[in-house]
Amino acid sequence: MRRRYLVDRSVRYLLFFSALISLFIVFMIGLFTLREAWPAFREIGLLSMLTNSEWRPGRDQFGLLAMIAGSVWAAIGSMILGVPLALAGAIFLAEVAPVWMRGIVRSSVELLAGIPSVVYGLFGMVVLLPVIRKIPVAGNTGFGILAASIVLAVMILPTITNIAEDAIRAVPREYKEGSLALGATHWQTIMGVTLPAARSGIVAAVILGVGRAVGETMAMIMVIGNSIVLPRPLNSNPLTLFLSQARTLTGNIAVEISYATGLHEDALFATGVVLFVLIMIINSSANLLIRERRR
Amino acid sequence: MRYAFVSTLLLASLLLAACGSPGDPAPGTGGEITVAGSTSVQPLAEVLSEAYMGAHPEIRITVQGGGSSVGVKSAAEGTVDIGTASRQVKDEELGEFPDLRVFTIARDGIAIVVHPDVAVDAVTKDQVKGIYEGSITMWSEVGGPSVPIIVVGREEGSGTRGAFGSLIMGDEEFAMVETAILQPSNGAVRTTVSTTPYSIGFVSFGYLDGSIKPLAIDGVEATVENALNGEYPVVRPLNMLTKGEPSGAVKGWLDFILSDDGQAIVADEGYIAAQ
Repeated sequence: MRRRYLVDRSVRYLLFFSALISLFIVFMIGLFTLREAWPAFREIGLLSMLTNSEWRPGRDQFGLLAMIAGSVWAAIGSMILGVPLALAGAIFLAEVAPVWMRGIVRSSVELLAGIPSVVYGLFGMVVLLPVIRKIPVAGNTGFGILAASIVLAVMILPTITNIAEDAIRAVPREYKEGSLALGATHWQTIMGVTLPAARSGIVAAVILGVGRAVGETMAMIMVIGNSIVLPRPLNSNPLTLFLSQARTLTGNIAVEISYATGLHEDALFATGVVLFVLIMIINSSANLLIRERRR
Repeated sequence: MRYAFVSTLLLASLLLAACGSPGDPAPGTGGEITVAGSTSVQPLAEVLSEAYMGAHPEIRITVQGGGSSVGVKSAAEGTVDIGTASRQVKDEELGEFPDLRVFTIARDGIAIVVHPDVAVDAVTKDQVKGIYEGSITMWSEVGGPSVPIIVVGREEGSGTRGAFGSLIMGDEEFAMVETAILQPSNGAVRTTVSTTPYSIGFVSFGYLDGSIKPLAIDGVEATVENALNGEYPVVRPLNMLTKGEPSGAVKGWLDFILSDDGQAIVADEGYIAAQ
């Protein structure tokens, strides 16, 4: 009898201890990054880093604006391409698909989530770039935001589809049945009743997808060009902005960290802090929305 | 019963995680040499390591890339036994790391390469400078068709970029045209130039193959002979760096590389002997 009680207690402590470890690790990573970044914030200044568009460590210029713009445009592009696709998938899985098809579609989407990002980058380089290069715009190298957006859209598809599908399924049956009873068609019900009801969950799904897009590194380095330039349209057509090369915040760190020393290295850690804060904001807003929905 | 099993499992996994592999031999002794740095030096270092390991099977040499500045930093901090760089070590670096010892094992040319379909075979040094500065943007300005030039370069820490900078642009830390596509290694530049029409890039001689076309600079073809006789203008040292004087296995390998046998291998691989 006593032994069972002892085992019970010790397992409880062991599990508590394991949970504490994750908390501890997150805390330590945040603290370490902040500590390494501190000299950069002190000497260069947060405002200067966020508004200066020149990043030339050799000339003591540490402006992140070009990289922030690169990350933002790549994320926007991935949302434009990925969100409609993912939502359509979620609606299909939750409302339209026959039961036998659900398993197949859901497994394929989950498989997408398992593909390593470097494989996505490889696919982008070898298949996407030659296709994008065919667009007849002067200065179009194939590398750039469009390639990044397409790759990212595919990568965030599983995240958004998964959570959005849960949100749609969570809408009470009574809403749907009420709408159908009033004479609406299935599609009218989806558009007019189910989706609005699942709204906060869907928004949470999209925000989490964006968070993943902002954090992607390897695939970005391979297809976005890594040029330190503020993305701008290549000719009078503003859409050609998506054909501009760019560099993401994540790519900035990955390409330069292995050889950076001194203030340059600290500035890269500062980039990490900016990313950390950005993603924390994105994830917290997603969590708030999910919680609000559950109420 | 189940709790006992689970808790034992958890404890066992924690203990296993705490164990490391049996103590790794201290760097430079025993028989392990780690090498990291320049992607220009990498293929040569791999061949030299295979030759040495063949004669000395108790030694294990591993070679990685990362770029010349990685090589300098890793050697200086003692992270690896030998750091490699395809450029001169900068004065600031020597000042910051006074223990660094530099051994020039070979010299290497940098070729200006273009996509094979580009109808240009020769350029002048000033034209290359203009292209990489951004003052020349169309192939028509250097004798080709009226198509924009796609510039491919390396990241700032690259020794190849630094050497290209000091030998062609006149400044090691030159400002590359901002629309240039930056790739992190010689191999990546070669792949990008060979698959991107109307592109231009620079790679180490050791990376020349049929997929890209080297241009003649100021009338001199990009060949090893021209680099040897001093006519080709873009030649830089390939350096191996150690923290402090090398000893043990590291010294053995370095002596081999600088010996006649080692230098013969350097020549075979298409590089130039260190003299």
